[in-house]
Amino acid sequence: MNLKPETLQRIDEAITHYAEKRSALLPLLHLIQEDIGYLPKETFEWVAAKLEIQPINVYDVVTFYPMFRQKPIGRRHIKVCRTLSCALMGGYKTCAAFEKEFNTHAGEVSPDGEVTVDFVECLASCGTAPVVLIDDDLHEKVDVAKAKQLSDQIKAEAAKRR
Amino acid sequence: MPAPAQRRIIFEHIDEPGYTNDLACYLKHGGYEVLKKAVTLQPPALIDEVKKSGLRGRGGAGFPCGVKWGLVDRKSGKPIYLIVNADESEPGTFKDRYIIHQDPHQLIEGTMISCFANNVKQAYIYIRGEMPHGARILERAIQEARDRGFVGKNILGTDYSCDVFVHRGAGAYICGEETGLIESLEGKRANPRIKPPYFPAVLGLYQCPTIVNNVETLCHVKYIVQHGSAEFAKIGTPGNTGTRIFCVSGHVQRPGYYEFECGKITMGELLNEVCGGPLPGRTFKAVIPGGSSAKILRFGERFKGKRKVGADMVDYDWAVEDVPMDFDSLAAIGTMGGSGGVIVMDDSVNMVEALANINAFYSHESCGQCTPCREGSLWMKRITTRMVHGNARAEDGALLKSVADQIPGRTICAFGEACSWPTQSFLAKFGDEFKNYPETKKQRRPEALDLV
Repeated sequence: MNLKPETLQRIDEAITHYAEKRSALLPLLHLIQEDIGYLPKETFEWVAAKLEIQPINVYDVVTFYPMFRQKPIGRRHIKVCRTLSCALMGGYKTCAAFEKEFNTHAGEVSPDGEVTVDFVECLASCGTAPVVLIDDDLHEKVDVAKAKQLSDQIKAEAAKRR
Repeated sequence: MPAPAQRRIIFEHIDEPGYTNDLACYLKHGGYEVLKKAVTLQPPALIDEVKKSGLRGRGGAGFPCGVKWGLVDRKSGKPIYLIVNADESEPGTFKDRYIIHQDPHQLIEGTMISCFANNVKQAYIYIRGEMPHGARILERAIQEARDRGFVGKNILGTDYSCDVFVHRGAGAYICGEETGLIESLEGKRANPRIKPPYFPAVLGLYQCPTIVNNVETLCHVKYIVQHGSAEFAKIGTPGNTGTRIFCVSGHVQRPGYYEFECGKITMGELLNEVCGGPLPGRTFKAVIPGGSSAKILRFGERFKGKRKVGADMVDYDWAVEDVPMDFDSLAAIGTMGGSGGVIVMDDSVNMVEALANINAFYSHESCGQCTPCREGSLWMKRITTRMVHGNARAEDGALLKSVADQIPGRTICAFGEACSWPTQSFLAKFGDEFKNYPETKKQRRPEALDLV
């Protein structure tokens, strides 16, 4: 595993939080995913050795929790809330707007590699529906117009990088 | 009668201009004074105060907090753990988010008081994975509190030590179920455990006695210790003490969070006055009063029966608008106060489509270990989705009901009930819409909102 020194340090720190090492499994997977962007195959053996469990125990957990992914995603991660309160305020239109803006489908990486749009379950901000989580930031009342505006921002930042 | 004024005790500082989530601001507002008082008292006396306050858990089940603490096995010689359930995931619920982001020290103080009262050795805050900023805010706040001796070794110079760590979930709703949460904290799939024997109070985290409390509940504990159980019990109504935070979403003019004395406000006052009523040109059609698994209510239906008021049994005859928003009244009319998530639907909504949305959620979130729930939630999703996007048949309602009726009581955890109640109640209240859906569908306007 090619992890940043800071990640390795945080991994060792996380393990000290628990009476049993295995409890650090979710924290470790989060840290590795934040560092690399996804969980590559070698994660299973590496984490298993670190926590003195079997690789199957790691695989078991990675495949259970929706936030863990085994493949790279786009540079930005757009999660649109799909559940009832957001849907009542137009969540499906919001998701379609992002798909159209980036010429992609929910669950896929856009052709330019810039974003992955996901249509996810309740993000617990139902009073400001529809909501969208872009990377770590929550955006509220994202109607089609605001989805367009957020997409333009992402595109502008991408253009600057090129 | 106009709606009563809000009574903000937990959300006192939420959205207050100039109020920040750092320790300096919290201390300026009297922060950690209650913890200082608590550590001078005897732990059993603190537990007794919480018992006498009548505080009921705010996570969904409404179980008395003091009773929960009373069940903890204190003779096993094993360490006692406390886990803060900050996995806020029930659709329609968004109260803990604001406490965590804007007033994290209130939660930490309530947690430390509860830890001291129960001689807890180690506490964890299990926060849902989709709140990364919340997790960082809590970590920073805990560090601030640790530096000042409110958390960690020898709290406030006493012999008592207890640390708190933040543990992030990873997007699984079932982690809000307390035994699933414990499994998750042990580094496993969040498959809930069977009770008996795995009552957390006896065999919880690492098979040790464990208390799992909701964020809001622990904030109430702080208030109770600050003002005394008698003062707390004066807020709200007998059996439904304290305040409740209602999270209103969907088709109202002013969605948002509102804190009221429990049982002092009715559904009608909340939706029409506080939330400004329906959207222009619309009328209310249905409301889910306590998170998406709570049974739905249909505007226009009436509820009749007898209920206990003080020592007397009193007749009630309520429209949906008349129902007091407390645990017992909502239970009396066949639904629940749950987590306080009120989801409102107006006459633009087709109930088959709304149910299809809910069924897709529960199907996605079933942990999969019990067959009736895993298969049942999937089939309820498939049938309702087919009705909307494929061929709808008049007999689909009966089919849905037969699936839903085979789930509750046959699963390890309450998810079985949670996933079948929407289907059962939608069919009981809106059976006509399911029957007519093949016809209604043909007249669906192209601009109508997609719900699934």
